[in-house]
Amino acid sequence: MNELFHLPTKRSNMATVNSAYAEPSLGGFSFENCKRNAYMETKGIKMPTARKTGTTIAGIIFKDGVILGADTRATEDTIVADKNCSKIHYIAPNIYCCGAGTAADTEMTTQMISSNLELHRLSTGREGRVCTANRMLKQFLFRYQGYISAALVLGGVDYTGPHLYTVHPHGSTDKLPYVSMGSGSLAAMATFEDRFKPDMELEEAKKLVRDAIAAGIFNDLGSGSNVDLCVITKGKVDYIRPHEIANEKGVRQGNYKYKRGTTAVLTKSVRSLPIDIETTVTGEAMDTS
Amino acid sequence: MAAVLNSVKSFGGNSMSVNGGPDFMDAPVTTGTSIMAVEFDGGVVIGADSRTTSGSYIANRVTDKLTPVHDRIFCCRSGSAADTQAIADIVSYHTSFHSIEVGEPPLVRTAANLFKDLCYRHREDLTAGIIVAGWDKRKGGQVYSVPLGGMLVRQAVAIGGSGSTYVYGYVDSHFKEGMTKEECFQFCANTLALAMFRDGSSGGVIRLAAINEDGIERKVITGDDIPKFWEG
Repeated sequence: MNELFHLPTKRSNMATVNSAYAEPSLGGFSFENCKRNAYMETKGIKMPTARKTGTTIAGIIFKDGVILGADTRATEDTIVADKNCSKIHYIAPNIYCCGAGTAADTEMTTQMISSNLELHRLSTGREGRVCTANRMLKQFLFRYQGYISAALVLGGVDYTGPHLYTVHPHGSTDKLPYVSMGSGSLAAMATFEDRFKPDMELEEAKKLVRDAIAAGIFNDLGSGSNVDLCVITKGKVDYIRPHEIANEKGVRQGNYKYKRGTTAVLTKSVRSLPIDIETTVTGEAMDTS
Repeated sequence: MAAVLNSVKSFGGNSMSVNGGPDFMDAPVTTGTSIMAVEFDGGVVIGADSRTTSGSYIANRVTDKLTPVHDRIFCCRSGSAADTQAIADIVSYHTSFHSIEVGEPPLVRTAANLFKDLCYRHREDLTAGIIVAGWDKRKGGQVYSVPLGGMLVRQAVAIGGSGSTYVYGYVDSHFKEGMTKEECFQFCANTLALAMFRDGSSGGVIRLAAINEDGIERKVITGDDIPKFWEG
């Protein structure tokens, strides 16, 4: 067989497929810090947990293009690590990607594919296609057999029209007119299954995506805060962040502070503390030549 | 390879996945599936259901599991969605390349062998049950079965996927040699309807395709048009 598709030997994994472009080096995992980490665990210092985007992300195809939506909560187990993180990532001027799963994984994966797509654009001299981004993502994720926890909603408009894909961490993809991913995906999908119609108008479509994300925000613990939208049409991208601030921070109604003068001052005496400050110059004088 | 689902009990008492969020978020995406292929004189008819599951959640209810590998060669995919999509892409690349090398459309047997090579060599890492079917000039319509371990065998009729176990009896009793294309369509529709009815991991719509010398004829059977049998 040939070099473009690296067909692996008995010992190597099925998942290896060569890519023509720059990629993190294939040096293998560096076990340098494992001993130190194990020692720290015995001392009771725990590893920081991966920050996940609990998440509701969704996308639909409407009359003129694609609308992507996402919530803005990033969690570390049960704590909200970021109340306003951005989950809609840039891939190309005409292609954007929402990411659910481990925040670092989605961020790095989308950045890498974005970079490779730009190189591809420069070498072919043409506007990138959504199916190309899809191929690159699925081949990358399949190679890591699901260990890169990135579940993505990829959407964009290219020469052939609007396209919407969903990419799972193991590397399988589906091409559909409406999709949702993340812990709030069921709530969002329920909204879509009820109200989606093909060829919707812009305002109706934006409302539908907003409602789907809102369903996730209010009914799923892993999603919350605001609704971000990204409307991609032929020749134009509208990145609306935030589209709606669904959870305003409460305004404090009262104050426990006492006004100045509440406690009367009877006497006042000032005593200064004896502090000796000694400066010693160590080392050489600064070389200013 | 296919990661076993982990679930961790948490405060709500609901079974939460390791990653937070319901169970199915972590489960690998599988095509639960019922697939089949039948040879007739001059071509083949292939069929599949349309359900892709992630644990108990249906990730895609309108999946197309009949994937073209070349102009007159298709494969029916069952097992892990990621594995079968990756394998089909690789084989599709190789058949295109091979067809340019030899200067004529590839043989169905060649495509089937490419599937077998991948599935056998990487049998430890893959979960893929594939039926390869198509038409070529030399032997007409052919159906080849490449199940989990990477075996390759040609059959006149082949069924696969989790739903196939429920319809071995129906297929054995109702298949006959020398059916016409329309009879094959009906036979496939009936078989898949029965499989989808009994198997929880199969469902959605019935996708059928006929491949012969002239091209591909695709059909979709939805909703009430799906054949009904005794429903109790």
